[in-house]
Amino acid sequence: MSAVADRYAEFQALGVEVISVSVDSQFVHKVWNDTELSKMVDGGVPFHMASDGGGAIGTVYGVYSPAQGVDFRGRFLIDPDGIIQGMEILTPPVGRNVDETLRQLQAFQLVRKTGGKEVTPSGWTPGGKVLNPGPDLVANVWKFWNPKDVYGKK
Amino acid sequence: MAEEKVSCAVPASTVEGSSNEPAPAAEVKKEAVRMGVTVGMKAPDFTAPAYYKGKFTTVKLSDFAGKWVSLCFYPGDFTFV
Repeated sequence: MSAVADRYAEFQALGVEVISVSVDSQFVHKVWNDTELSKMVDGGVPFHMASDGGGAIGTVYGVYSPAQGVDFRGRFLIDPDGIIQGMEILTPPVGRNVDETLRQLQAFQLVRKTGGKEVTPSGWTPGGKVLNPGPDLVANVWKFWNPKDVYGKK
Repeated sequence: MAEEKVSCAVPASTVEGSSNEPAPAAEVKKEAVRMGVTVGMKAPDFTAPAYYKGKFTTVKLSDFAGKWVSLCFYPGDFTFV
């Protein structure tokens, strides 16, 4: 969570709020923030650290493990209408990539802004080539886009 | 006494008479109907106790309606990743 806290300003710049959730109590969240995270992030964690004791929230999101008694690493991107646009669930030993979360948020925001007239192909980053869905694009994506444009020649 | 292997998951406690063994095949169906969400669905609203900038407070997902939200679950405070 320290990585997200460290880059919170970038989330804010995109108008994105962050909520972190684990089964720990709010009291443990405080001690973790005060004794460890604040040493990695100036000013400490800037967003709500929610407590999901018992795993009720994790259960409805499908990320709670009754066997381990913890919420798995689930990350849900929720749009302004409250609809889940993206989700990723990892087991505990592998951490997330904040760059990828920010990239996906920017992509979803572009699609929303253009009302779906612009969609983002694989590996899109801000300023990158977008596609305009329509009859003319069918079987013609190759004319507009090539994976090597994004991923380079391997 | 052997030292517990340290990992990123919090070891679960066990209760006498219960079991953490994997579910037998006959129960696999249960897993398939477990609760969960997917993309395109309304995010279930919740209210939870929270720690926020030095204060104990309550956070409610629907209070952020009209904004994008990145909701991040993680296994536990003081875990390594």
